[in-house]
Amino acid sequence: MAIAIPLPARRRRPITRRLPAMLALLPAAFAVIVVYLGCMLWTVRLSFTSSRMLPTMDFVGFDQYARLFSNARFLISVQNLVVFGALFLIGCLVLGFLLAAFIDQRVRAEGTLRTIYLYPHAMSFIVTGLVWQWFLNPTLGLQKLVQDAGWQTFTFDWLVNREMVVYTLVIAGIWQSAGLIMAILLAGLRGVDEDLWKAARVDGIPTWRVYYSIVLPILRPMLITATVLLAIAVVKVYDLVVAMTNGGPGIASEMPAKFVMDHLFERSNVGLATACATFMLVTVIAVLAPWLYTQYGPSRRRTA
Amino acid sequence: MTAAAPAGRRPKHVTWGRVGVYAFLICSAAFFLLPLWIMLLTSVKTMDEIRLGNILALPTDPTFQPWIAAWSQACTGLACDGIQVGFWNSVRILIPSVILSILVGALNGYALCFWRVRGADLLFAILLIGAFIPYQVFLYPLVRLFSVLGIYNSLAGIVVVHIIFGMPIMTLLFRNFYSSLPRELFNAARIDGGGFFTIFTRVMLPMSTPMLIVATILQVTGIWNDFILGLTFAGRENLPMTVQLNNIVNSAQGERAYNVDMAATMLTALVPLVVYFVSGRWFVRGIAAGAVKG
Repeated sequence: MAIAIPLPARRRRPITRRLPAMLALLPAAFAVIVVYLGCMLWTVRLSFTSSRMLPTMDFVGFDQYARLFSNARFLISVQNLVVFGALFLIGCLVLGFLLAAFIDQRVRAEGTLRTIYLYPHAMSFIVTGLVWQWFLNPTLGLQKLVQDAGWQTFTFDWLVNREMVVYTLVIAGIWQSAGLIMAILLAGLRGVDEDLWKAARVDGIPTWRVYYSIVLPILRPMLITATVLLAIAVVKVYDLVVAMTNGGPGIASEMPAKFVMDHLFERSNVGLATACATFMLVTVIAVLAPWLYTQYGPSRRRTA
Repeated sequence: MTAAAPAGRRPKHVTWGRVGVYAFLICSAAFFLLPLWIMLLTSVKTMDEIRLGNILALPTDPTFQPWIAAWSQACTGLACDGIQVGFWNSVRILIPSVILSILVGALNGYALCFWRVRGADLLFAILLIGAFIPYQVFLYPLVRLFSVLGIYNSLAGIVVVHIIFGMPIMTLLFRNFYSSLPRELFNAARIDGGGFFTIFTRVMLPMSTPMLIVATILQVTGIWNDFILGLTFAGRENLPMTVQLNNIVNSAQGERAYNVDMAATMLTALVPLVVYFVSGRWFVRGIAAGAVKG
Protein backbone atom coordinates (compact mmCIF):
# COMPACT_ATOMS: atom_id res chain seq x y z
CA MET A 1 0.00 0.00 0.00
CA ALA A 2 1.13 3.41 -0.89
CA ILE A 3 4.52 2.21 -1.90
CA ALA A 4 6.12 4.62 -4.31
CA ILE A 5 8.49 3.03 -6.78
CA PRO A 6 11.77 4.97 -6.48
CA LEU A 7 12.69 6.97 -9.56
CA PRO A 8 16.19 7.25 -10.98
CA ALA A 9 18.04 10.47 -10.19
CA ARG A 10 17.88 12.94 -13.05
CA ARG A 11 19.53 16.12 -14.12
CA ARG A 12 17.32 19.16 -13.49
CA ARG A 13 15.84 20.83 -16.56
CA PRO A 14 15.89 24.61 -17.10
CA ILE A 15 13.00 26.52 -15.54
CA THR A 16 11.25 27.40 -18.82
CA ARG A 17 11.00 23.73 -19.72
CA ARG A 18 9.70 22.80 -16.28
CA LEU A 19 7.11 25.56 -16.09
CA PRO A 20 4.24 23.55 -17.67
CA ALA A 21 4.94 20.70 -15.26
CA MET A 22 4.76 23.12 -12.35
CA LEU A 23 1.46 24.44 -13.64
CA ALA A 24 0.13 20.91 -13.97
CA LEU A 25 1.02 20.23 -10.34
CA LEU A 26 -0.80 23.32 -9.09
CA PRO A 27 -4.03 21.44 -8.24
CA ALA A 28 -1.97 18.93 -6.26
CA ALA A 29 -0.13 21.75 -4.52
CA PHE A 30 -3.46 23.38 -3.68
CA ALA A 31 -4.84 20.11 -2.31
CA VAL A 32 -1.78 19.44 -0.19
CA ILE A 33 -1.11 22.92 1.15
CA VAL A 34 -4.66 24.22 1.56
CA VAL A 35 -6.64 21.06 2.26
CA TYR A 36 -4.42 18.32 3.60
CA LEU A 37 -2.15 20.58 5.64
CA GLY A 38 -4.15 23.80 6.00
CA CYS A 39 -7.51 22.31 6.95
CA MET A 40 -5.87 19.79 9.25
CA LEU A 41 -3.97 22.49 11.17
CA TRP A 42 -7.09 24.65 11.25
CA THR A 43 -9.05 21.79 12.80
CA VAL A 44 -6.35 21.26 15.41
CA ARG A 45 -6.28 25.00 16.12
CA LEU A 46 -10.09 25.11 16.49
CA SER A 47 -9.92 22.36 19.07
CA PHE A 48 -8.13 24.83 21.37
CA THR A 49 -10.87 27.46 21.06
CA SER A 50 -14.25 27.86 22.70
CA SER A 51 -16.03 27.74 19.31
CA ARG A 52 -19.69 26.81 19.48
CA MET A 53 -21.75 27.36 16.35
CA LEU A 54 -19.30 29.74 14.70
CA PRO A 55 -15.53 29.46 14.98
CA THR A 56 -13.78 31.87 17.31
CA MET A 57 -10.07 32.41 17.53
CA ASP A 58 -9.57 32.60 21.29
CA PHE A 59 -7.37 30.17 23.15
CA VAL A 60 -8.75 28.06 25.96
CA GLY A 61 -5.98 25.49 26.23
CA PHE A 62 -7.12 21.93 26.74
CA ASP A 63 -10.60 22.84 27.98
CA GLN A 64 -12.33 21.11 25.06
CA TYR A 65 -10.29 17.96 25.62
CA ALA A 66 -11.18 17.96 29.30
CA ARG A 67 -14.84 18.34 28.30
CA LEU A 68 -14.42 15.61 25.68
CA PHE A 69 -12.99 13.08 28.09
CA SER A 70 -15.79 13.66 30.57
CA ASN A 71 -18.46 13.38 27.89
CA ALA A 72 -20.42 10.10 28.26
CA ARG A 73 -21.25 9.95 24.58
CA PHE A 74 -17.58 10.28 23.65
CA LEU A 75 -16.40 7.73 26.20
CA ILE A 76 -18.94 5.21 24.91
CA SER A 77 -17.77 6.00 21.35
CA VAL A 78 -14.18 5.23 22.25
CA GLN A 79 -15.15 2.07 24.09
CA ASN A 80 -17.17 0.97 21.04
CA LEU A 81 -14.28 1.84 18.75
CA VAL A 82 -11.95 -0.40 20.76
CA VAL A 83 -14.37 -3.34 20.96
CA PHE A 84 -15.46 -2.99 17.34
CA GLY A 85 -11.90 -2.44 16.17
CA ALA A 86 -10.42 -5.46 17.94
CA LEU A 87 -13.14 -7.90 16.91
CA PHE A 88 -13.45 -6.54 13.38
CA LEU A 89 -9.70 -6.76 12.86
CA ILE A 90 -9.36 -10.27 14.24
CA GLY A 91 -12.51 -11.45 12.47
CA CYS A 92 -11.47 -10.12 9.08
CA LEU A 93 -7.93 -11.43 9.36
CA VAL A 94 -8.97 -14.91 10.54
CA LEU A 95 -11.85 -15.34 8.09
CA GLY A 96 -9.89 -13.73 5.26
CA PHE A 97 -6.92 -16.01 5.89
CA LEU A 98 -9.04 -19.15 6.15
CA LEU A 99 -10.88 -18.31 2.94
CA ALA A 100 -7.61 -17.64 1.13
CA ALA A 101 -5.94 -20.80 2.47
CA PHE A 102 -8.92 -23.02 1.63
CA ILE A 103 -9.40 -21.49 -1.82
CA ASP A 104 -5.72 -22.16 -2.43
CA GLN A 105 -6.33 -25.95 -2.22
CA ARG A 106 -7.02 -26.32 -5.95
CA VAL A 107 -10.76 -26.26 -5.49
CA ARG A 108 -13.36 -26.27 -8.22
CA ALA A 109 -15.23 -23.09 -9.16
CA GLU A 110 -12.49 -21.01 -7.60
CA GLY A 111 -13.36 -17.94 -9.67
CA THR A 112 -17.02 -18.09 -8.65
CA LEU A 113 -16.17 -18.47 -4.97
CA ARG A 114 -13.76 -15.54 -5.06
CA THR A 115 -16.39 -13.42 -6.77
CA ILE A 116 -18.90 -14.31 -4.06
CA TYR A 117 -16.51 -13.54 -1.19
CA LEU A 118 -15.46 -10.18 -2.57
CA TYR A 119 -18.73 -8.72 -3.86
CA PRO A 120 -19.79 -7.10 -0.55
CA HIS A 121 -16.66 -4.97 -0.79
CA ALA A 122 -18.03 -3.39 -3.97
CA MET A 123 -21.11 -2.10 -2.15
CA SER A 124 -21.64 0.97 -0.03
CA PHE A 125 -21.49 0.69 3.76
CA ILE A 126 -24.96 2.23 3.69
CA VAL A 127 -26.26 -0.75 1.71
CA THR A 128 -24.44 -3.18 4.01
CA GLY A 129 -25.84 -1.44 7.08
CA LEU A 130 -29.41 -1.45 5.81
CA VAL A 131 -29.33 -5.09 4.70
CA TRP A 132 -28.01 -6.30 8.04
CA GLN A 133 -30.42 -4.05 9.89
CA TRP A 134 -33.24 -5.85 8.08
CA PHE A 135 -31.76 -9.34 8.45
CA LEU A 136 -31.23 -8.88 12.20
CA ASN A 137 -34.60 -7.16 12.68
CA PRO A 138 -35.76 -8.60 16.03
CA THR A 139 -39.40 -9.08 15.08
CA LEU A 140 -39.33 -10.06 11.41
CA GLY A 141 -35.73 -11.15 10.74
CA LEU A 142 -33.42 -13.92 11.89
CA GLN A 143 -35.18 -14.38 15.23
CA LYS A 144 -38.52 -15.09 13.58
CA LEU A 145 -36.85 -17.36 11.04
CA VAL A 146 -35.43 -19.62 13.76
CA GLN A 147 -38.64 -19.49 15.81
CA ASP A 148 -40.70 -20.48 12.77
CA ALA A 149 -38.32 -23.37 12.20
CA GLY A 150 -39.43 -24.78 15.56
CA TRP A 151 -37.11 -23.29 18.19
CA GLN A 152 -39.81 -21.24 19.92
CA THR A 153 -37.71 -19.75 22.70
CA PHE A 154 -34.90 -18.53 20.43
CA THR A 155 -34.14 -14.84 20.91
CA PHE A 156 -31.78 -12.71 18.90
CA ASP A 157 -32.33 -9.05 19.70
CA TRP A 158 -28.76 -7.75 19.51
CA LEU A 159 -29.79 -4.89 17.25
CA VAL A 160 -31.96 -3.34 19.99
CA ASN A 161 -29.89 -4.56 22.93
CA ARG A 162 -27.57 -1.94 24.42
CA GLU A 163 -25.03 -4.53 25.51
CA MET A 164 -24.88 -6.40 22.22
CA VAL A 165 -25.51 -3.84 19.48
CA VAL A 166 -21.83 -3.20 18.82
CA TYR A 167 -21.40 -6.87 17.89
CA THR A 168 -23.96 -6.53 15.10
CA LEU A 169 -21.72 -3.83 13.63
CA VAL A 170 -18.81 -6.26 13.86
CA ILE A 171 -20.75 -8.93 11.94
CA ALA A 172 -21.75 -6.52 9.17
CA GLY A 173 -18.24 -5.07 9.01
CA ILE A 174 -16.63 -8.48 8.68
CA TRP A 175 -19.16 -9.44 6.01
CA GLN A 176 -18.17 -6.37 4.01
CA SER A 177 -14.39 -6.54 4.41
CA ALA A 178 -13.30 -10.18 4.84
CA GLY A 179 -13.27 -10.67 1.07
CA LEU A 180 -10.75 -7.88 0.66
CA ILE A 181 -8.39 -9.57 3.11
CA MET A 182 -8.93 -12.85 1.29
CA ALA A 183 -7.92 -11.18 -1.99
CA ILE A 184 -4.79 -9.67 -0.44
CA LEU A 185 -3.69 -12.88 1.29
CA LEU A 186 -4.54 -15.11 -1.66
CA ALA A 187 -2.22 -13.01 -3.82
CA GLY A 188 0.44 -13.67 -1.18
CA LEU A 189 -0.26 -17.42 -1.02
CA ARG A 190 0.06 -17.65 -4.79
CA GLY A 191 3.56 -16.31 -4.38
CA VAL A 192 4.57 -19.23 -2.13
CA ASP A 193 6.87 -21.59 -4.01
CA GLU A 194 5.28 -24.92 -4.96
CA ASP A 195 8.57 -26.68 -4.15
CA LEU A 196 8.18 -25.59 -0.56
CA TRP A 197 5.00 -27.66 -0.27
CA LYS A 198 6.70 -30.62 -1.93
CA ALA A 199 9.66 -30.39 0.42
CA ALA A 200 7.39 -30.17 3.46
CA ARG A 201 5.46 -33.23 2.28
CA VAL A 202 8.63 -35.24 1.71
CA ASP A 203 9.75 -34.35 5.22
CA GLY A 204 6.34 -35.36 6.58
CA ILE A 205 5.61 -32.02 8.18
CA PRO A 206 1.91 -31.58 9.05
CA THR A 207 0.07 -28.99 6.95
CA TRP A 208 -0.91 -26.76 9.89
CA ARG A 209 2.75 -26.64 10.89
CA VAL A 210 3.80 -25.52 7.41
CA TYR A 211 1.21 -22.78 7.50
CA TYR A 212 2.21 -21.67 10.96
CA SER A 213 6.00 -21.78 10.64
CA ILE A 214 6.60 -21.08 6.96
CA VAL A 215 3.61 -19.62 5.14
CA LEU A 216 2.55 -17.07 7.75
CA PRO A 217 6.05 -15.54 7.98
CA ILE A 218 6.10 -15.32 4.16
CA LEU A 219 2.72 -13.55 4.29
CA ARG A 220 3.97 -11.11 6.91
CA PRO A 221 4.10 -8.04 4.64
CA MET A 222 0.58 -8.73 3.33
CA LEU A 223 -0.70 -9.31 6.85
CA ILE A 224 0.79 -6.02 7.99
CA THR A 225 -0.70 -4.18 5.00
CA ALA A 226 -4.09 -5.76 5.66
CA THR A 227 -3.91 -4.85 9.35
CA VAL A 228 -3.06 -1.21 8.64
CA LEU A 229 -5.85 -0.98 6.05
CA LEU A 230 -8.39 -2.44 8.47
CA ALA A 231 -7.21 -0.33 11.39
CA ILE A 232 -7.62 2.86 9.35
CA ALA A 233 -11.07 1.68 8.25
CA VAL A 234 -11.98 1.16 11.92
CA VAL A 235 -11.14 4.74 12.90
CA LYS A 236 -13.11 6.02 9.90
CA VAL A 237 -16.21 3.90 10.51
CA TYR A 238 -19.22 6.16 10.09
CA ASP A 239 -21.59 5.19 7.25
CA LEU A 240 -22.11 1.69 8.62
CA VAL A 241 -23.21 2.97 12.02
CA VAL A 242 -25.43 5.68 10.56
CA ALA A 243 -27.23 3.20 8.31
CA MET A 244 -27.46 0.26 10.68
CA THR A 245 -28.14 1.68 14.14
CA ASN A 246 -27.73 5.45 13.91
CA GLY A 247 -25.81 5.22 17.15
CA GLY A 248 -28.69 3.56 18.99
CA PRO A 249 -30.38 2.20 20.92
CA GLY A 250 -29.85 5.42 22.85
CA ILE A 251 -26.16 6.13 22.46
CA ALA A 252 -25.07 2.49 22.78
CA SER A 253 -23.42 2.24 19.36
CA GLU A 254 -21.96 5.71 18.90
CA MET A 255 -18.55 6.03 17.23
CA PRO A 256 -16.00 8.89 17.29
CA ALA A 257 -16.46 9.67 13.57
CA LYS A 258 -20.18 10.07 14.16
CA PHE A 259 -19.55 12.12 17.29
CA VAL A 260 -17.60 14.62 15.18
CA MET A 261 -20.29 14.84 12.50
CA ASP A 262 -23.11 15.22 15.02
CA HIS A 263 -21.35 17.96 16.95
CA LEU A 264 -20.29 19.82 13.81
CA PHE A 265 -23.57 19.91 11.96
CA GLU A 266 -26.37 19.18 14.39
CA ARG A 267 -25.26 20.13 17.86
CA SER A 268 -23.31 23.22 16.79
CA ASN A 269 -20.35 22.56 19.02
CA VAL A 270 -17.36 23.11 16.76
CA GLY A 271 -14.80 23.21 19.58
CA LEU A 272 -15.79 19.81 20.97
CA ALA A 273 -16.16 18.31 17.48
CA THR A 274 -12.70 19.42 16.37
CA ALA A 275 -11.22 18.13 19.63
CA CYS A 276 -12.69 14.72 18.80
CA ALA A 277 -11.44 15.02 15.19
CA THR A 278 -7.97 15.74 16.54
CA PHE A 279 -8.28 12.67 18.74
CA MET A 280 -9.06 10.64 15.59
CA LEU A 281 -6.06 12.18 13.84
CA VAL A 282 -3.76 11.21 16.67
CA THR A 283 -5.16 7.67 16.66
CA VAL A 284 -4.50 7.31 12.93
CA ILE A 285 -0.97 8.67 13.34
CA ALA A 286 -0.39 6.18 16.15
CA VAL A 287 -1.35 3.38 13.74
CA LEU A 288 0.54 4.79 10.77
CA ALA A 289 3.78 5.90 12.35
CA PRO A 290 5.18 2.47 13.29
CA TRP A 291 4.14 1.10 9.92
CA LEU A 292 5.72 3.98 7.99
CA TYR A 293 8.81 3.58 10.13
CA THR A 294 9.23 -0.10 9.33
CA GLN A 295 8.54 0.58 5.64
CA TYR A 296 10.67 3.67 5.12
CA GLY A 297 12.61 3.99 8.37
CA PRO A 298 16.35 4.59 8.41
CA SER A 299 17.51 1.22 9.73
CA ARG A 300 15.70 -1.14 7.41
CA ARG A 301 15.34 -1.46 3.68
CA ARG A 302 11.87 -1.79 2.22
CA THR A 303 10.99 -5.48 2.29
CA ALA A 304 8.14 -5.71 -0.20
CA MET B 1 -4.69 -12.52 -7.66
CA THR B 2 -3.54 -12.70 -11.25
CA ALA B 3 -1.08 -15.55 -10.76
CA ALA B 4 -2.30 -18.53 -12.77
CA ALA B 5 -1.75 -21.71 -10.82
CA PRO B 6 -2.84 -22.38 -7.25
CA ALA B 7 0.18 -23.39 -5.26
CA GLY B 8 -1.46 -25.69 -2.73
CA ARG B 9 -1.01 -29.42 -2.56
CA ARG B 10 -2.58 -31.37 -5.37
CA PRO B 11 -5.22 -33.76 -3.99
CA LYS B 12 -5.32 -37.27 -5.42
CA HIS B 13 -8.71 -38.57 -4.29
CA VAL B 14 -11.67 -37.67 -2.12
CA THR B 15 -10.67 -37.51 1.53
CA TRP B 16 -12.31 -36.16 4.66
CA GLY B 17 -9.98 -33.21 4.34
CA ARG B 18 -11.36 -32.36 0.92
CA VAL B 19 -14.93 -32.65 2.18
CA GLY B 20 -14.02 -30.27 5.00
CA VAL B 21 -12.47 -27.78 2.60
CA TYR B 22 -15.59 -27.70 0.45
CA ALA B 23 -17.92 -27.61 3.45
CA PHE B 24 -16.12 -24.55 4.80
CA LEU B 25 -16.03 -22.80 1.44
CA ILE B 26 -19.71 -23.46 0.74
CA CYS B 27 -20.82 -22.37 4.22
CA SER B 28 -18.81 -19.18 3.77
CA ALA B 29 -20.35 -18.59 0.36
CA ALA B 30 -23.79 -18.96 1.96
CA PHE B 31 -22.85 -16.42 4.64
CA PHE B 32 -21.76 -13.91 1.98
CA LEU B 33 -24.72 -14.52 -0.31
CA LEU B 34 -27.45 -14.63 2.32
CA PRO B 35 -27.94 -10.86 2.77
CA LEU B 36 -28.12 -10.31 -1.00
CA TRP B 37 -30.64 -13.14 -1.32
CA ILE B 38 -32.75 -11.77 1.54
CA MET B 39 -32.65 -8.31 0.03
CA LEU B 40 -33.85 -9.70 -3.29
CA LEU B 41 -36.58 -11.88 -1.74
CA THR B 42 -37.94 -9.12 0.46
CA SER B 43 -38.08 -6.68 -2.43
CA VAL B 44 -40.52 -8.84 -4.40
CA LYS B 45 -42.90 -9.69 -1.54
CA THR B 46 -46.01 -7.88 -0.39
CA MET B 47 -46.02 -6.38 3.12
CA ASP B 48 -48.63 -8.93 4.25
CA GLU B 49 -46.38 -11.74 3.23
CA ILE B 50 -43.41 -10.14 5.00
CA ARG B 51 -45.39 -9.88 8.23
CA LEU B 52 -46.80 -13.41 8.11
CA GLY B 53 -44.01 -15.44 6.57
CA ASN B 54 -40.36 -15.54 7.54
CA ILE B 55 -37.47 -13.69 5.98
CA LEU B 56 -36.27 -16.66 3.89
CA ALA B 57 -39.68 -17.86 2.65
CA LEU B 58 -40.06 -17.70 -1.11
CA PRO B 59 -42.67 -15.23 -2.29
CA THR B 60 -45.93 -16.97 -3.15
CA ASP B 61 -47.00 -14.09 -5.31
CA PRO B 62 -43.92 -12.21 -6.57
CA THR B 63 -44.57 -8.55 -7.30
CA PHE B 64 -42.47 -5.81 -8.80
CA GLN B 65 -44.60 -3.13 -7.22
CA PRO B 66 -42.01 -2.39 -4.47
CA TRP B 67 -39.36 -1.73 -7.12
CA ILE B 68 -41.64 0.69 -8.94
CA ALA B 69 -42.57 2.34 -5.65
CA ALA B 70 -38.92 2.60 -4.61
CA TRP B 71 -37.92 4.12 -7.92
CA SER B 72 -40.68 6.69 -8.29
CA GLN B 73 -42.78 7.02 -5.11
CA ALA B 74 -40.66 6.47 -2.00
CA CYS B 75 -40.66 9.47 0.34
CA THR B 76 -37.85 11.48 1.86
CA GLY B 77 -39.44 13.96 4.18
CA LEU B 78 -42.31 15.56 2.30
CA ALA B 79 -41.08 14.84 -1.22
CA CYS B 80 -42.29 11.53 -2.62
CA ASP B 81 -40.52 11.28 -5.95
CA GLY B 82 -38.72 8.01 -5.26
CA ILE B 83 -35.05 7.21 -5.24
CA GLN B 84 -34.73 8.15 -8.90
CA VAL B 85 -33.96 11.69 -7.70
CA GLY B 86 -30.91 10.42 -5.84
CA PHE B 87 -29.96 8.18 -8.74
CA TRP B 88 -29.80 11.06 -11.19
CA ASN B 89 -28.02 13.25 -8.63
CA SER B 90 -25.42 10.53 -8.21
CA VAL B 91 -25.01 10.28 -11.99
CA ARG B 92 -24.53 14.04 -12.25
CA ILE B 93 -21.94 13.95 -9.47
CA LEU B 94 -20.29 10.80 -10.78
CA ILE B 95 -19.53 11.75 -14.38
CA PRO B 96 -17.55 14.98 -13.89
CA SER B 97 -15.93 13.68 -10.68
CA VAL B 98 -14.66 10.48 -12.29
CA ILE B 99 -13.38 12.16 -15.46
CA LEU B 100 -11.71 15.08 -13.73
CA SER B 101 -10.19 13.11 -10.85
CA ILE B 102 -8.66 10.60 -13.28
CA LEU B 103 -7.34 13.38 -15.50
CA VAL B 104 -5.79 15.20 -12.55
CA GLY B 105 -4.32 11.94 -11.23
CA ALA B 106 -2.83 11.03 -14.61
CA LEU B 107 -1.36 14.51 -15.06
CA ASN B 108 0.11 14.43 -11.54
CA GLY B 109 1.55 10.97 -12.06
CA TYR B 110 3.08 12.01 -15.36
CA ALA B 111 4.56 15.24 -14.01
CA LEU B 112 5.93 13.49 -10.92
CA CYS B 113 7.44 10.66 -12.91
CA PHE B 114 9.07 12.42 -15.84
CA TRP B 115 9.51 16.08 -14.83
CA ARG B 116 11.60 16.69 -11.78
CA VAL B 117 9.91 19.64 -10.13
CA ARG B 118 11.42 21.00 -6.95
CA GLY B 119 9.47 19.87 -3.91
CA ALA B 120 7.26 17.50 -5.93
CA ASP B 121 8.38 14.42 -4.01
CA LEU B 122 7.53 16.03 -0.70
CA LEU B 123 4.17 17.04 -2.13
CA PHE B 124 3.53 13.47 -3.16
CA ALA B 125 4.56 12.06 0.22
CA ILE B 126 2.15 14.35 2.06
CA LEU B 127 -0.59 13.49 -0.43
CA LEU B 128 -0.14 9.78 0.28
CA ILE B 129 -0.22 10.21 4.03
CA GLY B 130 -3.28 12.43 3.60
CA ALA B 131 -5.13 9.47 2.10
CA PHE B 132 -5.12 7.77 5.50
CA ILE B 133 -6.47 10.70 7.50
CA PRO B 134 -10.21 10.53 8.32
CA TYR B 135 -12.37 13.08 6.48
CA GLN B 136 -13.59 14.46 9.79
CA VAL B 137 -10.21 16.10 10.27
CA PHE B 138 -10.68 18.28 7.17
CA LEU B 139 -14.43 18.73 6.97
CA TYR B 140 -15.19 21.83 8.99
CA PRO B 141 -12.46 24.13 7.61
CA LEU B 142 -13.26 22.84 4.14
CA VAL B 143 -16.92 23.74 4.58
CA ARG B 144 -15.92 27.26 5.68
CA LEU B 145 -13.51 27.58 2.77
CA PHE B 146 -16.12 26.43 0.27
CA SER B 147 -18.68 28.86 1.71
CA VAL B 148 -16.23 31.70 1.13
CA LEU B 149 -15.58 30.47 -2.41
CA GLY B 150 -19.33 30.16 -3.00
CA ILE B 151 -19.29 26.48 -3.94
CA TYR B 152 -20.57 25.00 -0.68
CA ASN B 153 -23.77 22.98 -1.20
CA SER B 154 -23.37 22.85 -4.96
CA LEU B 155 -22.55 20.34 -7.66
CA ALA B 156 -19.23 22.09 -8.31
CA GLY B 157 -18.42 21.80 -4.61
CA ILE B 158 -18.95 18.07 -4.36
CA VAL B 159 -17.03 17.47 -7.61
CA VAL B 160 -14.05 19.46 -6.32
CA VAL B 161 -14.18 17.50 -3.05
CA HIS B 162 -14.13 14.20 -4.92
CA ILE B 163 -11.17 15.40 -7.00
CA ILE B 164 -9.26 16.41 -3.87
CA PHE B 165 -9.91 13.22 -1.92
CA GLY B 166 -9.43 11.01 -4.98
CA MET B 167 -6.10 12.64 -5.75
CA PRO B 168 -3.77 10.50 -3.56
CA ILE B 169 -4.84 7.14 -4.95
CA MET B 170 -5.20 8.37 -8.55
CA THR B 171 -1.78 10.01 -8.49
CA LEU B 172 -0.18 6.93 -6.95
CA LEU B 173 -1.79 4.67 -9.54
CA PHE B 174 -0.55 6.66 -12.53
CA ARG B 175 2.84 7.50 -11.08
CA ASN B 176 3.60 3.85 -10.49
CA PHE B 177 2.26 2.94 -13.92
CA TYR B 178 4.33 5.59 -15.72
CA SER B 179 7.46 4.66 -13.83
CA SER B 180 7.06 1.10 -15.14
CA LEU B 181 7.22 2.38 -18.73
CA PRO B 182 10.62 2.44 -20.43
CA ARG B 183 12.17 5.85 -19.91
CA GLU B 184 13.55 5.88 -23.47
CA LEU B 185 10.00 6.42 -24.64
CA PHE B 186 9.85 9.77 -22.87
CA ASN B 187 13.37 10.73 -23.91
CA ALA B 188 12.59 9.98 -27.56
CA ALA B 189 9.49 12.16 -27.41
CA ARG B 190 11.59 14.93 -25.87
CA ILE B 191 14.19 14.70 -28.61
CA ASP B 192 11.40 14.94 -31.18
CA GLY B 193 10.57 18.27 -29.62
CA GLY B 194 7.45 17.28 -27.67
CA GLY B 195 6.45 19.68 -24.90
CA PHE B 196 4.91 18.81 -21.55
CA PHE B 197 1.29 18.59 -22.67
CA THR B 198 2.02 17.19 -26.15
CA ILE B 199 3.83 14.22 -24.70
CA PHE B 200 1.06 13.72 -22.16
CA THR B 201 -1.81 13.72 -24.66
CA ARG B 202 -0.06 12.07 -27.62
CA VAL B 203 2.21 9.52 -25.93
CA MET B 204 1.30 8.90 -22.31
CA LEU B 205 -2.51 8.95 -22.27
CA PRO B 206 -2.89 6.59 -25.27
CA MET B 207 -0.59 4.13 -23.51
CA SER B 208 -2.48 4.34 -20.24
CA THR B 209 -5.58 2.38 -21.25
CA PRO B 210 -5.17 -0.36 -18.61
CA MET B 211 -4.66 2.18 -15.83
CA LEU B 212 -7.55 4.28 -17.13
CA ILE B 213 -9.81 1.23 -16.84
CA VAL B 214 -8.60 0.40 -13.34
CA ALA B 215 -8.92 4.03 -12.26
CA THR B 216 -12.44 4.28 -13.70
CA ILE B 217 -13.58 1.17 -11.85
CA LEU B 218 -12.04 2.41 -8.61
CA GLN B 219 -13.54 5.89 -8.88
CA VAL B 220 -16.99 4.85 -10.13
CA THR B 221 -17.50 2.43 -7.23
CA GLY B 222 -15.81 4.75 -4.73
CA ILE B 223 -17.74 7.88 -5.63
CA TRP B 224 -21.05 6.07 -6.08
CA ASN B 225 -20.67 4.52 -2.62
CA ASP B 226 -19.63 7.77 -0.96
CA PHE B 227 -21.94 8.95 1.80
CA ILE B 228 -20.19 11.40 4.09
CA LEU B 229 -18.86 13.77 1.40
CA GLY B 230 -22.17 13.88 -0.46
CA LEU B 231 -24.00 14.48 2.79
CA THR B 232 -21.70 17.36 3.74
CA PHE B 233 -20.94 19.13 0.47
CA ALA B 234 -23.56 18.32 -2.17
CA GLY B 235 -26.38 20.38 -0.74
CA ARG B 236 -30.10 19.56 -0.52
CA GLU B 237 -30.60 19.73 -4.28
CA ASN B 238 -27.81 17.31 -5.16
CA LEU B 239 -27.91 14.66 -2.41
CA PRO B 240 -26.45 11.44 -3.84
CA MET B 241 -28.34 8.16 -3.91
CA THR B 242 -26.69 6.71 -0.78
CA VAL B 243 -27.78 9.70 1.31
CA GLN B 244 -31.30 9.61 -0.06
CA LEU B 245 -31.49 5.86 0.51
CA ASN B 246 -30.55 6.32 4.16
CA ASN B 247 -33.17 9.07 4.48
CA ILE B 248 -35.88 6.93 2.89
CA VAL B 249 -35.19 3.93 5.12
CA ASN B 250 -34.15 5.48 8.42
CA SER B 251 -36.26 8.61 8.70
CA ALA B 252 -39.49 7.15 7.37
CA GLN B 253 -42.60 8.09 9.32
CA GLY B 254 -45.34 5.61 10.13
CA GLU B 255 -45.06 1.94 9.34
CA ARG B 256 -41.98 0.97 7.41
CA ALA B 257 -42.39 -0.62 4.01
CA TYR B 258 -39.58 -3.17 4.20
CA ASN B 259 -40.17 -4.38 0.65
CA VAL B 260 -39.80 -0.86 -0.77
CA ASP B 261 -36.77 -0.25 1.47
CA MET B 262 -35.05 -3.35 0.17
CA ALA B 263 -35.92 -2.54 -3.45
CA ALA B 264 -34.41 0.93 -2.96
CA THR B 265 -31.33 -0.66 -1.36
CA MET B 266 -30.97 -3.04 -4.30
CA LEU B 267 -31.29 -0.15 -6.73
CA THR B 268 -28.52 1.74 -4.93
CA ALA B 269 -26.25 -1.31 -4.87
CA LEU B 270 -26.90 -2.06 -8.53
CA VAL B 271 -24.39 0.29 -10.15
CA PRO B 272 -21.30 -0.85 -8.20
CA LEU B 273 -22.46 -4.48 -8.40
CA VAL B 274 -22.77 -4.31 -12.19
CA VAL B 275 -19.34 -2.67 -12.38
CA TYR B 276 -17.98 -5.43 -10.13
CA PHE B 277 -19.47 -8.39 -11.97
CA VAL B 278 -18.67 -7.01 -15.43
CA SER B 279 -15.13 -5.92 -14.65
CA GLY B 280 -14.14 -9.12 -12.82
CA ARG B 281 -10.37 -9.29 -12.57
CA TRP B 282 -10.02 -5.59 -13.33
CA PHE B 283 -11.78 -4.79 -10.08
CA VAL B 284 -9.37 -6.99 -8.16
CA ARG B 285 -6.51 -5.34 -9.98
CA GLY B 286 -7.84 -1.96 -8.91
CA ILE B 287 -7.95 -3.06 -5.29
CA ALA B 288 -4.47 -4.50 -5.61
CA ALA B 289 -3.11 -1.32 -7.16
CA GLY B 290 -4.83 0.83 -4.58
CA ALA B 291 -4.35 -1.19 -1.47
CA VAL B 292 -1.77 -3.90 -1.72
CA LYS B 293 1.27 -2.44 -3.39
CA GLY B 294 3.98 -3.72 -1.10
